[in-house]
Amino acid sequence: MPDGLTPSQTIGPFYWGTLVKAYEADLAPPGVAGERIALALTLHDVNGAVIPDGMFEIWQANSHGRYAHPEDRRNLPLDADFDGFGRASTDTAGVARFTTVRPGRVPWPEGGMQAPHINISIFARGVLNRLATRLYFEGDPALPEDPVLKLIEPGRRATLLAKPDASGVWQLPIHIGGARETVFFDC
Amino acid sequence: MTQETYRRPAAGIHPPYRVDAYKSTPSRSPSEKLVVLPHSLSEITGPLLAHEPLDALENDLTRQRTGPPLGERIIVHGRVLDEDGRAVPDALVEIWQCNAAGRYHHPGDQHDAPLDPNFYGGGRARADAEGRYAFTTIKPGAYPWGNHHNAWRPAHIHFSLFGPAFATRLITQMYFPDDPLLALDPIYNSVPDVAARKRLQAAFDIEGTRPNFALGYRFDIVLRGRNATPLDDEHA
Repeated sequence: MPDGLTPSQTIGPFYWGTLVKAYEADLAPPGVAGERIALALTLHDVNGAVIPDGMFEIWQANSHGRYAHPEDRRNLPLDADFDGFGRASTDTAGVARFTTVRPGRVPWPEGGMQAPHINISIFARGVLNRLATRLYFEGDPALPEDPVLKLIEPGRRATLLAKPDASGVWQLPIHIGGARETVFFDC
Repeated sequence: MTQETYRRPAAGIHPPYRVDAYKSTPSRSPSEKLVVLPHSLSEITGPLLAHEPLDALENDLTRQRTGPPLGERIIVHGRVLDEDGRAVPDALVEIWQCNAAGRYHHPGDQHDAPLDPNFYGGGRARADAEGRYAFTTIKPGAYPWGNHHNAWRPAHIHFSLFGPAFATRLITQMYFPDDPLLALDPIYNSVPDVAARKRLQAAFDIEGTRPNFALGYRFDIVLRGRNATPLDDEHA
């Protein structure tokens, strides 16, 4: 007997302290293999104003391209201290920061490999459904062959590309709407 | 390589992003159509948080501080299932809520109702092998909000679940049965399908009621089901 799916509702403004305190925005303690990277995700509304009460979650493969999950059965190394999940809320400037390792490549069901990417969930007051997007790394040589970027009209692909700032922090502005609306996925 | 993937939600179950009656949505909703993403490993994996340590009292919000909180003690329990009725074992369930007076233990909540030093309003539980979870808490109060004239949120408890994959992530709200504020609430009514909307109401549950202790409410949470594929491991 099939059961009906439970509908989504907004996270609202008052989740902080319950949801955020429990998890680290630093995903990669010493000993985890891979290139250390810092991410700064900035959340904007359709008018460009920053959203100070949003929450980001990230989910990624390790530096070898393996997800810490039983569905990923490939014979690639797992890092004991890296599960690939992070959560952080935005600050008054709309920014959430993570430190992690640059993910490796993961395969595409119809063949070939995806470019390194980080999967992102966005929640906020006024957002009734999780918004899902991805972060890719500007300049990565695998970008031209990434099958997901190919699904997106060329003019909008850059909304998913993080760029390093002067101190090497990967910056990704995420616009829920407006002229620079980020690409979001039905995933 | 063929993978099992998760079924797309039927139309009308999840709210649209823009619901003009909920005044925060027009400035926080995308205008472009979502890009439909085939399911790769990135979508069919997700955080299981299987090693996340839970303290013994995390699912009892009435015993997390120095004394008992004020309000009507309740037990909220249910199962985490998928659309095929299969249990989601070991699922992490996170909840948060306001106190009995309708105030969150949060610096941003300026509602003129008392804080309760014995109630912070956050809890976590790990479902068992059959997907069963339970919390002991107090019934949250209704509270006013600035959405429109004389707007009040119906009493609710926020729920956060991951399920087995990035694709199954769900944040929702549980309401109480037959609350007269439900008919007036633009967030509850953002769910287009009436039957789906009603699934957000817990059911009063005399079986889950503990004599001389607390009323019981049952709230089952149903996450996306899988599309079976001919190349499942079981059949390969």
